[in-house]
Amino acid sequence: MKFYIRRIAFYLVTLWAAISLNFFIPKLMPGNPADIFRENLLRQGGEVTPAMEKTIQLLFGSPDDSLWEQYTRYWSNLFQGNLGISTTKYPTPVTELLSEALPWTLILVGTATVIAFVLGVGLGAWAGWKRGTWVDSLIPGSALMQSIPYFWLALVLVAIFSVNLGWFPIIGGYSAREFRGGPEMSWEFIASATKHAVLPAATIVISSVGGWLIGMRNMMVATLSEDYVTTAEAKGLKPSRVFLTYATRNASLPSLAGFTITLGFVVAGSIVMEQVFSYPGIGKLMITAVTQKDFALMQGVFLVITLTVLAANFLMDIFYGLIDPRARQNV
Amino acid sequence: MSDNSTTQTTPDTALAQAAGAPALSGAPQRGGLKSFLPSFSGKLAIGLVLTLGITAFALIAPHVTQDPRNYDSDRFLPPGSGHLLGTNNLGADVLAQLAEGAAGSLMVGLVTGVIAILLSLVFGIVAGYLGGWTDEVLSLITSIMLVIPGLPLIIVIAAYLENRSLTVIAIILGLTSWAGPAIVLRTQARSLRNRDYVAAARVAGERPLRIITVEILPNLLPLLAAQFLGAFVAAILAEAGLSFLGLGPSGSLTWGVMLNQAMAHNAFQVGAWWWFVPPGLLIALFGCGLSLINFSIDEIINPKLRNAPAAVKSVRKARKAGAEVTSSATTKEA
Repeated sequence: MKFYIRRIAFYLVTLWAAISLNFFIPKLMPGNPADIFRENLLRQGGEVTPAMEKTIQLLFGSPDDSLWEQYTRYWSNLFQGNLGISTTKYPTPVTELLSEALPWTLILVGTATVIAFVLGVGLGAWAGWKRGTWVDSLIPGSALMQSIPYFWLALVLVAIFSVNLGWFPIIGGYSAREFRGGPEMSWEFIASATKHAVLPAATIVISSVGGWLIGMRNMMVATLSEDYVTTAEAKGLKPSRVFLTYATRNASLPSLAGFTITLGFVVAGSIVMEQVFSYPGIGKLMITAVTQKDFALMQGVFLVITLTVLAANFLMDIFYGLIDPRARQNV
Repeated sequence: MSDNSTTQTTPDTALAQAAGAPALSGAPQRGGLKSFLPSFSGKLAIGLVLTLGITAFALIAPHVTQDPRNYDSDRFLPPGSGHLLGTNNLGADVLAQLAEGAAGSLMVGLVTGVIAILLSLVFGIVAGYLGGWTDEVLSLITSIMLVIPGLPLIIVIAAYLENRSLTVIAIILGLTSWAGPAIVLRTQARSLRNRDYVAAARVAGERPLRIITVEILPNLLPLLAAQFLGAFVAAILAEAGLSFLGLGPSGSLTWGVMLNQAMAHNAFQVGAWWWFVPPGLLIALFGCGLSLINFSIDEIINPKLRNAPAAVKSVRKARKAGAEVTSSATTKEA
């Protein structure tokens, strides 16, 4: 129980830190972001309406309030689900844009991460089992795959499979020509969305599988030289049982525990990747916000990405506590 | 091993092999510096060649190639004798740009790596060694920094900055990428602080700073090197991503900036592969090189990684030799 309380407390503190960071970053920056934001709004043909002024105050605070007042108001707005109004799609609230984009990224990155994890850990376990044979030569290849920039791989995939071969669509999350009314609930739409998701998902899987593979392989090699594995082999257990129940089960624990660091890389990579495919997810939204200097949207996206990563890690932590008793004891 | 019994050799050579080559030829050699240096494997060789080759390219090529900002040539020239890697949308020599970009990218990676390692020393080793409240606070900060996704944070910070020099980018990257190494170093420092020789130094009245730098740090050097190389690769990738989004260093050339320009000017649509393939490939190859060196360092830190495959190999060799002996013996009997 103490384990779970500690984990929950940690994630609450992290949540507070992330939200506060989101509040303080614009304040710590040189220059006056509020003015840039206002100028940009005017340049895009918007006007500083009272509602817009409220967004500006929400983000950057009004000059006559103390920092503490601004900070508490920021929190109360947050609890009311108010993240301000976007200037790029004026006058849509930021929360609406976020809720439209989030499912795309969640489904894409979620599926791709699970595929990459299963594939990487599976191949890594096998490579570890076959240590000292030709399989070791998988390592340089995985190291190379691990170091390919996501967006570059995405561009190369587009150049080969979309531009030259014409197998997959180049941009978007679904065929905008067939579904003019936007996303809908039909098999045709799901088919179209799946077809559009193949290359983006392939990008994530190819770039992240190498990391899982190398980590798992090394852990597997280390586990296989443990005494209890030798004992199991000496007892004459079937190799498949030694492989699965004795070695793989134990060796995969660090891969699960290292989920945090890897997930951060995957999320970071997919933000940049979405730019290449114009995928209608969170990453694309963030890039639009950054290039248009739509600070309200940008801050909102950062918050949502952070919260999602926190939630994923929290679930992983709880799951890890369930499967590894040592994690629950060493608190 | 029946599958090996088909390979027939004369009994004399088989016996000589079995006797001459000890069964555990791949086993660790004890003593001396040799056991501490990475076994010179193919992986390390590839890694060193890639890393040193690209570093040499970054150091030497900018002095040899043409002016990367000379726009007199024709646009989108494919690779040829005048321009080894062709020209881009403005008629600039791609090879020259690649050389200058190499210097920029590696610079960012190096500075970031140094900052990240220095911070991880404080948050990892100091926290791990001192323990208690210092440790609680420092490792809480580390864990928070680890969970908050790095690149989105960097994007937000970079978006607010109007002027971003190469150094500023490197500093931001460094400030946001120390958490991973710090966690690893802290775990190791915690285990080292309970060793007898550290306890002896403490009893002898040595100051914590001296114990950390003289007793603990040298033992962490391989780990530190591995973490540094990891941070280096991550920084180059992050800078490339940032530049690709147009948030990179203003006015400087890096591989990421080149890719950003290639994307913006439709190099992919017109098929100007000579413009976009080399920068991405160099990033991947350099990262691959460093990862392979890292892999070799892992094999020093964790001898199991080195010995286990070698042991499997020698067992296989011994079995083969044994099978040859028995099979040749049986043929003799028959």
